[in-house]
Amino acid sequence: MAKLNLKSIKKSSKDAFITYALVILVYIVMQILLKGGHVSSLIQGLLVPMCVYSLVAIGLNLCVGYLGELSLGHAGFMCVGAFTSAFVSKALRDSIQSNLLLFVIALVTGVIMASVFGFLIAVPVLRLKGDYLAIVTLAFGEIIKNIVNVLYVARDDNGYHFAFSDTKKMSFDDSNGIWLINGAKGINRIPNLSNFTIGIVLILIALIIVYNLVNSRSGRAIMAIRDNHIAADSVGINITKYKLMAFTISAAIAGAGGVLYAHNLSTVTATPTNFGYNMSIMILVFVVLGGMGSLRGSVIAAVLLTLLPEVLRGLKDYRMLIYSIVLIVMMLFNWAPKSIEMRKRLAEKFVKKNQTKEEA
Amino acid sequence: MKRFNKVVSAAVASAMVLAMAACGGNASDGSQAASSAANNNAAASSEATGNTGADQTVGTFVIGGIGPLTGGAAIYGNAAMNGAQIAVDEINAAGGINGAQIKFLKEDDEHDPQKSVNAYNSLKDQGMQILMGTVTSTPCVAVADKTAADGMFQLTPSASSVDAVYNDNVFQVCFTDPNQGTKSAEYISEKKLASKIGIIYDSSDVYSSGIKDTFVKEATVKGLEIVAEEAFTEATKTDFSTQLQKCQSAGAELVFMPFYYTEASLVLTQANNMGYAPIFFGVDGMDGILSAENFDTKLAEGLYMLTPFAADATDAATVKFVDTYQKNYGETPIQFAADGYDAIYIIKAAIEEAGVTPDQSVKEIGDALKSAITSITYNGITGAGKSMTWEASGEVSKAPMAIIIKDGAYASVE
Repeated sequence: MAKLNLKSIKKSSKDAFITYALVILVYIVMQILLKGGHVSSLIQGLLVPMCVYSLVAIGLNLCVGYLGELSLGHAGFMCVGAFTSAFVSKALRDSIQSNLLLFVIALVTGVIMASVFGFLIAVPVLRLKGDYLAIVTLAFGEIIKNIVNVLYVARDDNGYHFAFSDTKKMSFDDSNGIWLINGAKGINRIPNLSNFTIGIVLILIALIIVYNLVNSRSGRAIMAIRDNHIAADSVGINITKYKLMAFTISAAIAGAGGVLYAHNLSTVTATPTNFGYNMSIMILVFVVLGGMGSLRGSVIAAVLLTLLPEVLRGLKDYRMLIYSIVLIVMMLFNWAPKSIEMRKRLAEKFVKKNQTKEEA
Repeated sequence: MKRFNKVVSAAVASAMVLAMAACGGNASDGSQAASSAANNNAAASSEATGNTGADQTVGTFVIGGIGPLTGGAAIYGNAAMNGAQIAVDEINAAGGINGAQIKFLKEDDEHDPQKSVNAYNSLKDQGMQILMGTVTSTPCVAVADKTAADGMFQLTPSASSVDAVYNDNVFQVCFTDPNQGTKSAEYISEKKLASKIGIIYDSSDVYSSGIKDTFVKEATVKGLEIVAEEAFTEATKTDFSTQLQKCQSAGAELVFMPFYYTEASLVLTQANNMGYAPIFFGVDGMDGILSAENFDTKLAEGLYMLTPFAADATDAATVKFVDTYQKNYGETPIQFAADGYDAIYIIKAAIEEAGVTPDQSVKEIGDALKSAITSITYNGITGAGKSMTWEASGEVSKAPMAIIIKDGAYASVE
């Protein structure tokens, strides 16, 4: 039987396997701790949000890190995923008994809707580059949020009723039906279907998709476009096709994050804090801090930065201040050229020490 | 690529600035922060010894409060928590509930459902047995599901949406939104204030659009004519000239404003500039308009509002509360503060009725209080006639007061 030789594996696949192993390891450790009852309620409650933001960060990293296009609208895709899936699971709750089946149906529709929106937005938006693209995606995110806020959908014995902003025209009687989407009140009483296991499975699926994409022919084309789109064009790469592909997949993964988000809380409303541009920028912070083009980094950054403000609760009024300072320090430590130099030197010293030890 | 990096760094820098700005809330409250940090340490050590909250706190009820203490809705959260703190201090000074002292812990939710659930979990780790919260509606819906799962008794001072009290363990101190809309329409038609009505409301806000919906429904029943129904959103809440113009040209004699006083003060100023002077009519969010910043209070003359609390009421309980509040926090309490104050006393009344003790489990206390609250009648500082009772559905039954602003002060109207 051929022995698995670590050195013979490509560097890129090694990178991928380390990430998968890390995620699975964290999952196993958490499960053991949960079984033993060593985890506080606060951390238990944060497990799913950490998965949500990791997912969205993975999605955005594909767009920012590999495609090289800055999107500030990913909270918008999250919003589409969240609302579509919450709508579906609430509408089908009575007819489908199995939680898992219901979640899978909600997930699939949420992801499809998010990718459809990603595709539709990408067609006009990807004609732009850099700052312009960032601003247009930002505007798109805001549009989604505002549309959701004036959308009314209800169901009664006569079937479904829709309205935009004017509920008077709806011939809906709320005594014998239910509101599915109630304007600014959003969707309430969503079945609680998300859990940590589902979150980890989704993260693994997203990682497998993105790692395989970037290490494929298409992925190399996407990165060629990022590095020099004229050169890429001149060797016959279909720029539009690959840009669309990356952007749509990125939106779909963000949508999956939204699905998980919606089914973790029993209510989903489109407010500036959860689906506004603040959130888009927050996700960008995860990606930048973790390193553009490093999926493992994105996940770690998302987990750390979701955890940090909650763990700092004990500091009361100072916690957001401390949080911001820690963010600045982390950013400097990770990415300031001097600090990178210093880390390299330290690593070299460490390696040398080990070598001398081995020799001795 | 260079340009791209620049954009990224600019965006990240602005995110940091935003995050810094978000903490501007009440960092000045240094001493309080220090003392609550100490509380927290105590809680953390109890957690280390196996987290048996009940054993650690024999003789003490741990009541948790959740509300927005920072961010845009911070004034409501802080007011409710301050009001609750006053009630807790009074009760503790008077010997507690059946001899048991109250420990009151508060956590910030930034008016976000996810953060609210985090705050709830954090309080649970600190040994909370009863929840007084959350202050705002949307987070309340999310937290209510978690308390239902844990069987914890939850009393919200001011979350007014119907969905907030859907679970049977959640009760309200304030009116539900539909109730306010209906009562307003009834009042206007009864007093024959106007027949042509214009409405301006915040379509991006649950509270505002909730009241508007039921107001419209009831107004139609009562034969009031709605001539204009104009929306604004979170993003456009500084300029109301278009909405006012439409109300004016439609001939509205009364403009119904189901939103908070900060926006209302702008509406009144802009209407005055236009020379448009209909009757303005607000609901409980209007309370506090006389202390709005940069607002000429003369413009509020003749403004009607339907609210459960008036800071100038002359009954002994209200006077005592307002005095203490002004002494401790240096401002006139708004309705949210009164709701928080009442909430703690209602919890006390329910505990006394049920006869629960602090060493019982969260679920036992929850089950006992859930049935006890429906059989008590509580006389507090919110609601006309001041007596409140509860349905098993969680909704409170109390009468609203109509208030008119006369000579720069709130005055009750009959």
